[in-house]
Amino acid sequence: MTNSPQEQINAVEMRDIVLRFPGVLANDHVNFTLRHGEIHALLGENGAGKSTLMNILAGLYKPESGTIRINGERVVFNSPRDAISRGIGMVHQHFMLVPTQTVTENILLGLDKPGFLMRLPRYDQKVADLAEKYGLKVQPDAKIWQLSVGEQQRVEILKTLYRGAEILILDEPTAVLAPQEIQELMDTLRLMVRQGKSIVFISHKLNEVKQVADRLTVLRKGKVTADGINLEDVDKETLAELMVGRKVIFQLNKKPHQPGEVVLDVQNVSALNNRGLPALKNISFQLRKGEILGIAGIAGNGQSELAEVITGLRSCQGKILINCQDVANQSPKRAIDQGTAHIPEDRTGVGTAPGMALTGNMIMKSYDRAPISQKWRISYTAAREFAKNLKEKYDIQAPSLSTQVNKLSGGNLQKVILAREISCGPKLIVAVQPTRGLDVGAIEGIQNLLLEQRDNDAAVLLISEELDELLDLADRIAVIFEGEIVGEFPTAEADLKTIGLMMTGELRRQE
Amino acid sequence: MSAPYRLRIQKRTEEVPRWLPMATSIGAIILAFLISGLILTIIGGDPIRTFRYFFNAAFGSWGALSDVVVKATPLLLIGLGCGLAFRMRLWNIGAEGQFYIGAFFASLVPLVPLVDMQTTPKFIILLMMALLGMLGGGLYGLIPGWLKAKFNVSEIISTLMLNYVAVFWNNYWIYSEFSDAGFQMTPMFAKSAWLPRLADYAREVKAFSGITLHLGVVFGIIAAIIIWIIMTRSRWGYEINLIGDNPQAARYAGIDITRNIILVFMLSGALAGLAGMSEVSGVVHRLQERISTNYGFSGVIVAWLAKLNPFATILVSFLFGALIVAGREIQPSGLYFFIQGTILFLVISSDVLLRYKFELVRAASEE
Repeated sequence: MTNSPQEQINAVEMRDIVLRFPGVLANDHVNFTLRHGEIHALLGENGAGKSTLMNILAGLYKPESGTIRINGERVVFNSPRDAISRGIGMVHQHFMLVPTQTVTENILLGLDKPGFLMRLPRYDQKVADLAEKYGLKVQPDAKIWQLSVGEQQRVEILKTLYRGAEILILDEPTAVLAPQEIQELMDTLRLMVRQGKSIVFISHKLNEVKQVADRLTVLRKGKVTADGINLEDVDKETLAELMVGRKVIFQLNKKPHQPGEVVLDVQNVSALNNRGLPALKNISFQLRKGEILGIAGIAGNGQSELAEVITGLRSCQGKILINCQDVANQSPKRAIDQGTAHIPEDRTGVGTAPGMALTGNMIMKSYDRAPISQKWRISYTAAREFAKNLKEKYDIQAPSLSTQVNKLSGGNLQKVILAREISCGPKLIVAVQPTRGLDVGAIEGIQNLLLEQRDNDAAVLLISEELDELLDLADRIAVIFEGEIVGEFPTAEADLKTIGLMMTGELRRQE
Repeated sequence: MSAPYRLRIQKRTEEVPRWLPMATSIGAIILAFLISGLILTIIGGDPIRTFRYFFNAAFGSWGALSDVVVKATPLLLIGLGCGLAFRMRLWNIGAEGQFYIGAFFASLVPLVPLVDMQTTPKFIILLMMALLGMLGGGLYGLIPGWLKAKFNVSEIISTLMLNYVAVFWNNYWIYSEFSDAGFQMTPMFAKSAWLPRLADYAREVKAFSGITLHLGVVFGIIAAIIIWIIMTRSRWGYEINLIGDNPQAARYAGIDITRNIILVFMLSGALAGLAGMSEVSGVVHRLQERISTNYGFSGVIVAWLAKLNPFATILVSFLFGALIVAGREIQPSGLYFFIQGTILFLVISSDVLLRYKFELVRAASEE
């Protein structure tokens, strides 16, 4: 193939990249250009092929066809090592750090130098200098497990910089961060660009992209729908349309609603996490019929444990009353019988049986009730009918009712869970991160479903790390930090800054 | 220079075709025979003649065929029990022990004796023996089940160890209390404790003379049907399948996992116990050492080969019965174990074909 002469030498030029995964064309003749010294956002829904494209650039996948040029020079990467040697560094969504080792040790891991003798203090200094240069505050001799998620991310970035990365790829870097940390990250990125680095910023969040990026490329179903356009030229609505392929209304259907009597009453509840450390410390709150209570907080501050004690999956001290029945330390069955629906954080690990068919997953909460259950047996005719109705009502995209659910996309899987939970006519819904990792279109649908349930007089406990989501949906917001509720207020009186400070433990509501 | 073709291995994302699990099992069996044939050739044997002899030894006459079914019966019952436990990912490899304890409990009826062996109807005696056999195996399955459910004790270790306990437990009784004049076996059971055999009807039907096929095989087939109904039609089967696929999700759905572990272990043990009863009452007619030729372990293989499907278990146990019968006729005698081991190894490895897709593709052009 011949190419026309380049007018300008770009940091990265990917042309006609094709990569097929079984059943999907992950990248369909994708073009991508990264200029020197820019922050380039790569936008798209889940499964659009963003990560695949960047994994190709980082040497993790090999394209079936297409060419890659780095600084105008044609390259073929056979391994990530090749990509690193050409100055490409990628920070993955899931960090790859050794928790028991120090920052410096993690950064040096796998390098030829230092040799047999570590002489760590000398390298601590090198790491500290590098961190200083890019405004990445982190203590070189701290152990990884002592660091917050934001700090760990800085270590990952430092790891790539230490290896001489000129081109940085960040895969959904803000997904795990608190608002303040996001701001710090944005500042760091700006500083790095000023020092000559070029950055690819993978995201599906429009607001962030608007805030930080210079140009952007949008992918949809493996194809480019916007190729390196300037951000000034587009508005949020257009971007959403480019991503989803249809108009997205950023309008939730939230009507005023009068809360009724108390459905969930949590009284002085404490619980341990899986490592035997205190996860919940003397928590109390109430939730009423027809109300959404949002629990804001950074991941790992006791949210998962809170959902588990309410749904009977974890033992605790204190009282948990659902419709005035104490369900604490009882079986999950008891909470279910009290009309509790649970949309768990872990969709594949808890919320579904991945190897089972759609029908089997749909009847998980109603297999022991008529009409599906008939004495000792299950009427699979009734079960299929039940599943078919839900599939249609919630527009779940699956080839058939006998499709194993591990073949479904994240959004459809979440719809399976929601459909199942709502079908029981719940009085209380415990929803943990219900929209995490979903694309714009799916988020909209799921949020509206939750609002609909509230309007049907269900009590909804919404645990989310997305502040925007809480502000949009919740009637009241409580902030959780290190297992304690550090503040609670009606959403109308909430402001982002206060909540942010509370989430990081800098502020507590003075009573 | 690289080869023009390379093997591309990809995880399957689409559904596995329905025929594929069956096809890989059959393929594994054929491949096992090919490998065995190769080994035979290398050591100087004639594989074609050997396998023909093999075939005749198992299927050559009604007598041989009956022997095959007799050997298949304990394998079928044990295979069903193991398959049930494996569905829930409980690795019960204690069928051997459950078999022995089942045989012991069943033997108590004629040995103690628990009822008058002369006057009690045969039907009652046999029913008691079957129930006691299942009770014995079930209780012996309860031990590892309870340990697993309450204290998360690895059932692999506990069931394996309990096998030895069961064998020595039986030895104690056949060497002491129930010993037949000091021999390491009990006296022959009264005829009323024998499962009916076709040979018993030789006077009416001449062709049945010498045919040792006994009623145990009917137990096996009924058990297969019951297990199939449980697994595909019942609420309990749904719970077992759900726990097997994702125990976390099952707990989340309000299913009592502890209770199910114990129940499944007991039923699994009860089936092995019934196999023990069927063997002492239908074949050996006394309790003695080595009433099992590793049925408990072969049953594990049978369950896997049948992909835990009850009806496939019937076919596979028949095949293994044939292997055992034919294996007796062949020197070196290890060949049977060799083929059996090769089959298991290949079947387990063939699972890779279900999870991954192998394709020969033209190597991507690189410069």
